[in-house]
Amino acid sequence: MVKLGVKDLAISYGNETILEGVNFDIQEHEIFGIIGPANAGKTSFLKAVNRMDLFNTDMQVDGDITFNGVNVQKVRNVYGLRRRIGVVFPLPVGLPLSIYDNVALAPRLAGQKDRAELDVIVERCLTRAALWDEVKDRLNSLGSMLSGGQQQRLTIARALSQDPELLMLDEFSIAVDPVTTMRIEDVLKELRDELTIILVTNLVQQARRLADRTAFFLGGRCVEVGVTEDLFTGEVKDTRTRDYVDGRFG
Amino acid sequence: MSEKMAQTAAGAGSDFDRLTLDWYIDKLVQALVFIGGISAIVFIIGIFVFISREGFGFLLGEFNFKEFFFSPNWRPTSETKETFGILALVAGTASVTGLAMLIAIPFSLGAAIFIAEFASGKTREFLKITVELLAAIPSVVWGFIGLAIMNPIIIETFDVPVGLNVLNAGVILGLMAAPIMTSIAEDALNAVPDPYREAAEAMGATRWQVIYKVVLPAAKNGLLGAVLLGVGRGFGETMAVLMATGHSINIPTSVFDSVRALTATIAAELGETAAGSPHYQALFTIGIFLFVITFIINLAADLVVRGVKKG
Repeated sequence: MVKLGVKDLAISYGNETILEGVNFDIQEHEIFGIIGPANAGKTSFLKAVNRMDLFNTDMQVDGDITFNGVNVQKVRNVYGLRRRIGVVFPLPVGLPLSIYDNVALAPRLAGQKDRAELDVIVERCLTRAALWDEVKDRLNSLGSMLSGGQQQRLTIARALSQDPELLMLDEFSIAVDPVTTMRIEDVLKELRDELTIILVTNLVQQARRLADRTAFFLGGRCVEVGVTEDLFTGEVKDTRTRDYVDGRFG
Repeated sequence: MSEKMAQTAAGAGSDFDRLTLDWYIDKLVQALVFIGGISAIVFIIGIFVFISREGFGFLLGEFNFKEFFFSPNWRPTSETKETFGILALVAGTASVTGLAMLIAIPFSLGAAIFIAEFASGKTREFLKITVELLAAIPSVVWGFIGLAIMNPIIIETFDVPVGLNVLNAGVILGLMAAPIMTSIAEDALNAVPDPYREAAEAMGATRWQVIYKVVLPAAKNGLLGAVLLGVGRGFGETMAVLMATGHSINIPTSVFDSVRALTATIAAELGETAAGSPHYQALFTIGIFLFVITFIINLAADLVVRGVKKG
């Protein structure tokens, strides 16, 4: 089943087009990697998916993005859409609330008031984000006071607490140490059974480890979409893809 | 070879000891900034010493703790027996400030939230400039509005004999304090980083949920500062309350009673007292009292803010 359909997508800021000609379908229970150098339009793509374009009046999105077959540009209640899509930003944003409240925020927004239920959700999400053991004794201290790596795992826990159908990770490992990165990667592999994941990453090896299929964005174009292993074994339509994954530029 | 290296090293070493113009400028700026920094402390202590010295004679002589704080009778010029009770004046100041805050807090917080979170572009700039302009209106103009505009409106609307009362002064003082409170509160809201808002909105929080659950908690220190600044303004304001309260000694039982404020009493009477007389010294004792109250408000604010930070 197609979870997210992208057809003739073009994104521009003012007169400057920063991404165009994007066409692919992301299947349910798939980890879909997006690789590419800086300014390739990767983050803008994620913003278009959960309608974060509304923050920036300059940002113009053309073409169709469908989530469960529904065109996201025509959704009336964007809050309802966003609640089903979890996002992890590159730089961790621990909200200035307690660790507990950070993770309980999304369930509370969705109307969950039962403390026992919330306790279960908070523990489960923090455990999955590989943070529970470090914070279980101080759930009431401020989330914004955690270290950078811990905050990043907190944002992952927060995204999971939404119980999303689609999880979008934007270079989540920038602020996380390698050991923790591997732990989170293991969790992502497990999560594939429950949800669909879009993994934007600068680390091509991370895409190789995790993604079933990978798209290569370059200079505002989607140059290549294919089975991840093909991209790394040279089965590519565009030679620039091979050059990039081999580390010859970018 | 080695000789040459030694020479270079020696040359570099002497360079470290030479005091350049940059070095002197740096020291000079440090000194100037230091003077600027401690001058605030010097002035505060100076003011306190001055008003204490003027009021000291009264504190040692005629001062009667019970009468001063618990008597509603302020009769400094009585022929038979002078009494210096400030209870009614405290009640006047407190009632006017309280009513003013009831009006100013919702207005200023609402305005600040609108400007910082909802308005954009030209609307926002226009509102900010307007609010700052409002904050710059002299207090005597506000007093005049109370006297000439509010007074007849209150008399007509509520069918009361006098329109110069707690209601009038409270509304005037509330409107006066609201712009500066709005300005401070808006700064506090703007200081909340945008990624907080984006993170919360990305989770599907509505605009109001973002404000209520994330922005307001993050800005609570600054917002509390804005409110306390408003309270301080209420206690300290003189001219507008002098003109709008009716300036009659009274412990108010309703908002339609005329009252008199501590500050207005000093302003109205100090010019007519003989320097050094008990009356003159009693007015300075009121000054000490106001000074202490202000100090306590600021201290409380400081402690609350620190407590909030720790939590």
